[in-house]
Amino acid sequence: MKTITLAHGNGGQENNELISKIFYKAFENEILAKSEDAAIIQDGTLAFSTDSFTVSPIEFPGADIGKLAVCGTCNDLAMMGAKPKYLTCSVIIEEGFEVETLKRIVASMKKELEVNGAIVVSGDTKVVPRGSVDKIFINTTGIGQIQQKGISSNNIQEEDMILVSNSIGKHGATIFASREGIDFSTSLKSDCASLWPVVKKLIDSGIKIRALRDATRGGVSAVLNEWAKQSNICIEIEEEKIPVCDEVNGICELLGFEALSLANEGTFVMAISKDEVQKALKVLKEIDTSKEAQIIGKASTLHREKVVLNTAWGTQRFIDLPTGELLPRIC
Amino acid sequence: MEQLKLKDLYDGFRNPQTIKALKRLLDKEAKKLNTKINIMEVCGGHTHTIMKYGINQLLPENIEFIHGPGCPVCVMPKERIDHAYLLSLQENVILVTLGDMIKVPGSRGSLQDARSKGADVRFVYSPLDTIKIANENKDKKIIFFAIGFETTTPMTAALLEHVIKNKIDNIYFHINHITVPEPMRVLLDNQDCKIDAFIGPSHVSVITGSKIYEEFVTEYNKPVVVAGFEPVDVMQSILSLVKQFNENKCELEIEYSRAVSYDGNLAAQKLNDKYFIKAEHFRWRGLGDIPNSALKLKDEYAFLDAELIYKDILPNEEIDDHKLCICGDIMRGVAKPNDCKVFGKACKPSSPLGSCMVSSEGACSAYYKYGNLL
Repeated sequence: MKTITLAHGNGGQENNELISKIFYKAFENEILAKSEDAAIIQDGTLAFSTDSFTVSPIEFPGADIGKLAVCGTCNDLAMMGAKPKYLTCSVIIEEGFEVETLKRIVASMKKELEVNGAIVVSGDTKVVPRGSVDKIFINTTGIGQIQQKGISSNNIQEEDMILVSNSIGKHGATIFASREGIDFSTSLKSDCASLWPVVKKLIDSGIKIRALRDATRGGVSAVLNEWAKQSNICIEIEEEKIPVCDEVNGICELLGFEALSLANEGTFVMAISKDEVQKALKVLKEIDTSKEAQIIGKASTLHREKVVLNTAWGTQRFIDLPTGELLPRIC
Repeated sequence: MEQLKLKDLYDGFRNPQTIKALKRLLDKEAKKLNTKINIMEVCGGHTHTIMKYGINQLLPENIEFIHGPGCPVCVMPKERIDHAYLLSLQENVILVTLGDMIKVPGSRGSLQDARSKGADVRFVYSPLDTIKIANENKDKKIIFFAIGFETTTPMTAALLEHVIKNKIDNIYFHINHITVPEPMRVLLDNQDCKIDAFIGPSHVSVITGSKIYEEFVTEYNKPVVVAGFEPVDVMQSILSLVKQFNENKCELEIEYSRAVSYDGNLAAQKLNDKYFIKAEHFRWRGLGDIPNSALKLKDEYAFLDAELIYKDILPNEEIDDHKLCICGDIMRGVAKPNDCKVFGKACKPSSPLGSCMVSSEGACSAYYKYGNLL
């Protein structure tokens, strides 16, 4: 690694390498080493997380960069069983940016903060010369109060069941279609949504969650690979059970992508004991943002630290971490 | 009327019951074989189908796949990749190419590395997208680095046609189009050749027609079935080949008849012939120099040829692959990716030693990505 390439920000293999070889190495400490969606601090009572948002285009079907910036950080907190409470908001704006657009983005943030019951308590604004950033970059940092302890990517056990909360890949496919001007489908939109209401309902129903993670960059395949490694287990998933909508399938077919590697912004993966899985599924299906939830597989010891996909005709293959930039195939 | 969905076009070709039924038929037919047969899938797209859907796990023991040289990125020698790298770093140049080329390492680095050094490198889905880039950057020279087999050649020809007709004066071409039959001949002429039959490429055949494989049946006595990319296509094609062996036949068949004909796309062939002629030589990575196996621009279009315009900065010396990399043997069908000592260790998609690990159609990439669970 001599220079940083776009592939180093893909949420997959190169991204992991960059983080572990440079940042983890320098900042090494026990909390960071757990590599969770949010850091658990203050004797396990608080969750703490930060994220920067640089999406292009900044407004797209289903959401905009403002909604994304609030959902992203609040979801990272929710994935640790924490109720989002306080956020900071730091904005870097390119010279020449339209104030009307900024107002729309901020209004969108306000609306999403209300869904989470969180408030912005501190912020920063910088304006930089044209060309220094791509329109607008937003960073949000959040603190949440933990409502269920012990949710961790390091605790998944053999025979635990794996669920996804929604059909997968919609955010990645939407952004890709908007960015590349593919006039593919009028109904495809990002799944961008706040997940705290769903997590709250699971917790309120007394369900003991083993692990939760929103499948953002790198998609479901990145989450499952990280879990398999962190918990030293194999995750076996059934191809037939994975919910993928026709529009996402279409983008994948045309461009040679895998829906499992496409980003989501309102879909999570959950590991849960098999005794609780039906109850959890019932709760998820009652809520709009998770009504397409499905059990997609289970943890086993077949190939430790690997994710295995079982096809409907009895063959198997590995699902690896995505690598490189998302690029279309040649012929 | 209900709208046709893309899913409807492939669903049947991934039907589990059909695949299982084809496996039963194949097992039955393979029992009648009195010898083991090695089938080469020439095209990297088929290698990926085989690995992605686990078709190799469904084969009877006496049938084996040999992976072929049909990935346009994998067979590009390092010196040609260096051409792209050097062109991209020229002042006022935007280098445009198709997706996978961005990641392939030359001797100086990949286009991705060039981009991180400030080069303007862009990838397009269709060569015609280059026109938009040229319109938006009239003060720059746009160089289209053209790669691919007969599949992508007509798209480059269509771009040439547009550039010439509309007198666009800032698009240039670096041509690396190659053709399928010549490397197939080289493989068969090798005395170590183990190939008993071929699965013919899908997309190439849509353009060329199946007629380009006639010689392999008549002169080399190797049956060819042109197959589609779906699992049912591949299973059906293997079954057809095994039946041919059992019935003592050697024929050219088209399984992918929903897209391929004997004559192919004549309009596309005509467009190719308008702009391109055979290049006398092209050095294939892993296969060496194969005469008449590539295309070049006709002399009258030399003013558009970036390879000539920039000839002073483009090296022509051969550059060898990393000495531990066995991509050459893999593309000749004499080794499999997991025979390579560095496979998955020193050579991974994030740090590739050879292009077979990079390209979305490369055999190493298919083995690494999907694993080999059996």
